[in-house]
Amino acid sequence: MAAPDSTGAEKARLDDAFSELYKAHLRDVYSYSYYRVGNHHDAEDLTEQTFLQAYRHFARAQRESDGRPLRPWLIRIAHNLAANYYRDRSRKPQTPIDDAGEISAVHTTEAIVEDRDDLKRILEGVQQLPDDRREALIMRFALGMDNREIARALGRTDGATKVLLHRAIRQLEQTVKQAEGATEP
Amino acid sequence: MSEHPDDFVVGHRQFADIETLLRRALSPVEPPKELEARLEARLGSLVDMAAEELDALEISAMRDPRNWARPVVAVAVGSTAAVGLVLVRTQRRRHKRRREADSTVDLVGRTLRDLGREARRVADDLL
Repeated sequence: MAAPDSTGAEKARLDDAFSELYKAHLRDVYSYSYYRVGNHHDAEDLTEQTFLQAYRHFARAQRESDGRPLRPWLIRIAHNLAANYYRDRSRKPQTPIDDAGEISAVHTTEAIVEDRDDLKRILEGVQQLPDDRREALIMRFALGMDNREIARALGRTDGATKVLLHRAIRQLEQTVKQAEGATEP
Repeated sequence: MSEHPDDFVVGHRQFADIETLLRRALSPVEPPKELEARLEARLGSLVDMAAEELDALEISAMRDPRNWARPVVAVAVGSTAAVGLVLVRTQRRRHKRRREADSTVDLVGRTLRDLGREARRVADDLL
């Protein structure tokens, strides 16, 4: 057993490292949660649970990370919790994501109304994708994760992740085209 | 609109490159300030405090009754905080429950279910 002083120092070092991780990735976890569950209330809960669980397993994760970034591990926790959330409540995201833009960006002119319609259509298309494709797109475009990070978060190979992203974008393109085609006069 | 090799045409309109649209549609969402404050408070006190107090005690030291006060205090503080958290989180959902309930009995049932759910979640955090 380690001497009390070294245990205390190790604990302090871990707490500092966790605090850094928290500050660096709170927005990532919240963004991921928000786009997964579709509303702010549940996104807050999911973010809170993610960090509490991460805190409990942080020492081991750090040991096993071998110096690699811990963001994929953090997002994987959120991913698993989100899966439980849907399983427990037997539901899929039903709340349309419609106010994220109001928080993250300010739209001021009427000239971009059509543009906003396009973005809305894209979001609706994303919500219709199968879970794994939707998640891959959220990680890539909301969080800016690269293929390797996404692969680690989803527990897939780099190659499989590349294919997953490609298929997600192609399917989304088709979905949006069909939706747009259906609204044409 | 200028044409770009990655743009795709739908009906009479032309969409921008879908990846550009995705990047804008899925823009990062800033967490609410209250969440930051709540999380920092929880991480900084509830879990940390109880765990640190309990972890700091050597099992051998437990044989000495003079050392029993610390874990009892840690457990008591942790339990009080946990009960408080369950109540606060259940209270936060009251508007949603009222909206969804179709009778007083239903509302009571929903409140009890919420209490149970939050208690289980807080217990999971602590164990």
